Amino acid sequence: MELLEKAKAGNKPSIARLISIVEEGTPESAAVLREIYLETGGARLIGVTGPPGSGKSTLTDKLVKACRNKGKTVGVIAVDPTSPFTGGAILGDRIRMSGIALDEGVFIRSMGTRGSLGGVSKATHNAIKVLDYAGFDYIFIETVGVGQSEIDIVKTADSVIVVSVPGLGDDVQASKAGILEIGDIFVVNKSDRDGAERVVIELAQMLDLNPNKDIGWKPPIIKTVASRGDGVDELNDKVNEHYDYLLESDEITERRKIRLANEVMEVLMKHAETYVHSRLEEEEFTSKKLDKILSRELNPYDVVDEILEKTFK
Amino acid sequence: MAKKVRILVAKPGLDGHDRGAKVVARAFRDAGYEVIYTGLRQSAEQITTAAIQEDVDVVAMSLLSGAHATLMPRVIKMLKEQGAGDKLVIGGGVIPEEDIPELKAAGVAEVFTPGTPLKTIIEYVNSKF
Repeated sequence: MELLEKAKAGNKPSIARLISIVEEGTPESAAVLREIYLETGGARLIGVTGPPGSGKSTLTDKLVKACRNKGKTVGVIAVDPTSPFTGGAILGDRIRMSGIALDEGVFIRSMGTRGSLGGVSKATHNAIKVLDYAGFDYIFIETVGVGQSEIDIVKTADSVIVVSVPGLGDDVQASKAGILEIGDIFVVNKSDRDGAERVVIELAQMLDLNPNKDIGWKPPIIKTVASRGDGVDELNDKVNEHYDYLLESDEITERRKIRLANEVMEVLMKHAETYVHSRLEEEEFTSKKLDKILSRELNPYDVVDEILEKTFK
Repeated sequence: MAKKVRILVAKPGLDGHDRGAKVVARAFRDAGYEVIYTGLRQSAEQITTAAIQEDVDVVAMSLLSGAHATLMPRVIKMLKEQGAGDKLVIGGGVIPEEDIPELKAAGVAEVFTPGTPLKTIIEYVNSKF
């Protein structure tokens, strides 16, 4: 495939087109993924998550610059929500990344979550593979830290940075979101504002409740003011420290194993779904069975059992 | 499933008024498009880079500063040079009627001047995909 060769050589329009293909999830996408898979796995994945407006894009912009200063190439995938009502989206993460946008060694791609249609985590994983295949040393994945699928995306990164800001409510909010469990490094951004110290203390207390806190990596909490670059060097050091830890403890193998297991499962489920759809004798199902369920002659559970038996016999 | 159409809404040049661009961006979103908005004061290089990396189908540029005759053709030229000349380029903003033929000759597919109903713009883009 010509597109693949060009992408491997660093041709930007080809990389961009490949991402579009794998994001759409068409039959062509399966062929592309099969082709590139064995040549992926070289990139370091860093997830950045946090509530809207917490400064994820600005922090990413600064961290990417730090990677570039070391001569590394960087891919960025910024995920923003798709409107569940219209299927449209406004993806605005590039606005805060103007500092790196023109850098030849940086490739930024915005993605919409595309609701239930696309399966956002699968599309994102696929896009990561394309950037990985194209040879980027680092790949940053930036998502809003709410919702299962967004958390699914970032938790598969090698290092996960969770960004908080002062003024979002009490400490129960933080534990509600389910992001305490996935953070390797916690950032309190906009820390020049009132209440920053309280957020740091609350985070520290929440992390202290972790039953495994004395084993392995202890997630640090770093105060930053991303717009001014305050604290970014320290954050960058911690990201590198975490990576060293992953390598030394070989936790990276464990993490990547879990990631791949999830991925295999996800692909399997997707294929099973397609298979069931293709095997369903829809007419019989919709016209007869559904009517009977409606009139309470049958229950949905028996009907499903019947379908499964027929499909996988 | 139809391919999701992606649109870059860009503000080239030095004017600081993006209300029009934002209104159009929202209208595109509400029509089901995936809109990439890159903010104010974008150079032709920035717009070209964003259009390529985001693999958009449409580049929509809004200009109120009077620099449309320079900046719009420059973006089109750069897109072509970098192997992305297949994108639909449209323009909007304060653009005198007499400048429109020149812009079209340079490759701007359509120009929407102040007062154009949003519906007209959406329907135009719909008709292309």
